[in-house]
Amino acid sequence: MTAMSAVGIVEVQTDQRSATVSESRVREVVEAAVAKCGATREDLVPILTEINHALGYIPPEAFKEVSHVLHTPIGQLFSVASFYQMLSTKPRGRHLIQFCESAPCHVVGGREVWTALQDTLKLESGETSADGKWTLRTTSCLGVCAVGPVITVDEDIYGNITPQQVNGILERYE
Amino acid sequence: MKYYRTHILICVDPECLGKGAHDIEDALQDELVAQGLIDEVQVLETPRIGDCSHGPEMMVYPDGVHYVGMSVDDIPFLVEEHFLKGRVAKKFLLTKVEVKDEELGAPTSKEVRVVLRNCGKIDPENIEDYIAEDGYEALAKVLASYTPEKVIDEMLASGLRGRGGAGFPAGRKWQFCRASKATPKFVICNADEGDPGAFMNRRVLEGDPHAVVEGMIIAAYAIGSSRGYIYCRAEYPLAVRTLNIAIQQARALGLLGEDILGSGFSFDLEVRIGAGAFVCGEETALMASIEGKRGEPRPRPPFPAVSGLWAKPSNVNNVETYANVPQIMLRGAQWYASMGTEKSKGTKTFALAGDVNHTGLIEVPLGINMREVVYDIAQGIKDGKKLKAVQIGGPMGGCLPEEYLDRPIDYESLAAAGTIMGSGGLVVMDEDTCMVDIARFFMEFIQDESCGKCTPCRVGTRRMLEILQRICKGDGKDGDIETLEMLCRQIKSTSLCGLGQGAPNPVESTLKHFRKEYEAHIYEKRCPAKVCKGLIRFDIIDACTGCTVCARNCPVGAITGERRKLHVIDANTCIRCGICMQVCNFNAIVIN
Repeated sequence: MTAMSAVGIVEVQTDQRSATVSESRVREVVEAAVAKCGATREDLVPILTEINHALGYIPPEAFKEVSHVLHTPIGQLFSVASFYQMLSTKPRGRHLIQFCESAPCHVVGGREVWTALQDTLKLESGETSADGKWTLRTTSCLGVCAVGPVITVDEDIYGNITPQQVNGILERYE
Repeated sequence: MKYYRTHILICVDPECLGKGAHDIEDALQDELVAQGLIDEVQVLETPRIGDCSHGPEMMVYPDGVHYVGMSVDDIPFLVEEHFLKGRVAKKFLLTKVEVKDEELGAPTSKEVRVVLRNCGKIDPENIEDYIAEDGYEALAKVLASYTPEKVIDEMLASGLRGRGGAGFPAGRKWQFCRASKATPKFVICNADEGDPGAFMNRRVLEGDPHAVVEGMIIAAYAIGSSRGYIYCRAEYPLAVRTLNIAIQQARALGLLGEDILGSGFSFDLEVRIGAGAFVCGEETALMASIEGKRGEPRPRPPFPAVSGLWAKPSNVNNVETYANVPQIMLRGAQWYASMGTEKSKGTKTFALAGDVNHTGLIEVPLGINMREVVYDIAQGIKDGKKLKAVQIGGPMGGCLPEEYLDRPIDYESLAAAGTIMGSGGLVVMDEDTCMVDIARFFMEFIQDESCGKCTPCRVGTRRMLEILQRICKGDGKDGDIETLEMLCRQIKSTSLCGLGQGAPNPVESTLKHFRKEYEAHIYEKRCPAKVCKGLIRFDIIDACTGCTVCARNCPVGAITGERRKLHVIDANTCIRCGICMQVCNFNAIVIN
């Protein structure tokens, strides 16, 4: 019963575009994640991280699969997934741009870079572009403060960024 | 193991790789073989030598020569000049001025490096390099000749206090955990370094992971644990990689696992990766996260030493604390205690950031004063400006004004000044910084990162943020300061964990030291540092030549004027983005 009602919550809170991932693909990804990380409750965060990495987010079907494997209600899984910033329950763009909004970057010109990013992409923090290419979000400190302001695109880190460089960096991504 | 006279470190950051770092490495290997130098010169990969802007980059040790911008075709020349003839190839030498923003430079005369001693010097992915620098000797000494009690006595005598920020004596923590009867016990390393501006732990994990592993094995022996976890934040993928390699290599040599060094003592270790939650740096939240739950803190007591991970006795220390342990065991508690002040012993790493000439990592004996750090080690404020404040202790720390520069940096002095040691982030701010804006900024961070479990932190910090936002917008009103002060007191005394209890610190310390700025915002509707957009306006002065650059760049069309005539900004249309000021070539745009 708990699991059933929790499914409802998950579906309400996730984006309707989530239907793009097929159920067989989700099952495959969940199985691979469990094979790699294990199938106990303590392996939950690594499992969700793997799924998020493979699919770009954690679709409702994946919650159902993980729930079966770990014998844990979906509500608990969703409560964990929604707690951590790096886990997403909504589809993300092909590329994730993160802007470090921490103090060391802030005091060396971070605000201007953030404005330039928003102006270029026409996105607010947490939004995904209509063509599904970009997701923009702010992040707390990435720990590369000596070269602030810092942005990351997927796994690439760019330091000492000026507003003028933003376009050039974004152009590198398909 | 083999000894080499020279080591070449090649930067393999994404940017340098993109510029052909791997091709350079291959070419170097080939040329060294061709010249018969391959047994004398070793080529290694390393992250981040410089800022990669002139990549590919390489560093040659022991000479300390930094080469940049070479192509594959240049390699035969470079090898012949430097490694055969012993002459520095000036053509590729990075000039001194450009190296200034690297994370970890050569130590200055005021520094003492204990924790950072191997960073950038050894190959972090090769255990033999660590062993060559006395690595695992402390572990062998401890297992062969110390009882667990003796290890704890040494720790107590060294005076080492937790480097995660709170400063609880590490030896006492170990003592409590050893005294707990329940088994199994866990040794946990807190590598969830989330404080904005702090990256000391990352460099230690990336540059000298075995020091942390060795420290943890010694801690496990002292408290009687056979299992350990390193909880590392997901933002540090490279640190996770080096740690996993270090653990595998230590296992392969019998330094982890069953019957370590034939002593009968067994211990093994694994890395757990976070998923982006600042609060997981709080020890009870961290353990909840390892258990696969939401990383929310819980009330203490019971302390982890009694009931920690899976309700078993657990010892949680930070990366830097563990990294100090091998050196303390090897060189003795007296040596360690000879550095620092009466109650704060040893050295502390700091990450310098903000408006100083030299940013990056430093390690100094405790008791050094802030003036020496800012003006001698960090070489003063950028562009010859004046210092306004030093923010120390991360988001739970506080801002210290110029008057505090001559006080020693130790746990007690910082607490007396209304801040904390924290994990070691030091953000230096110049006269152009608005302290109300900074306080608002930190409160935004706290709001983002509050886990929401307890009301004072979840709701109280939101109320504080709303007031600060209002003040910055120019809508501050009489009584705001008093309300903020009341909220600070209440949140401090009623929050569940360190995050909430420390959350008011940035506001409280700026209210204490920079109260006039708050008053200027509220009563005079003026931002003295000219930062808060609601309280400033851009104007064009007579220096304007009418070149039209500003008008063409203004995103909202607020600037009008004829060519070669003084332009005007319409304050109602202006969004105060500051682009006009950036593009003006004649300094004709001012903030009022």
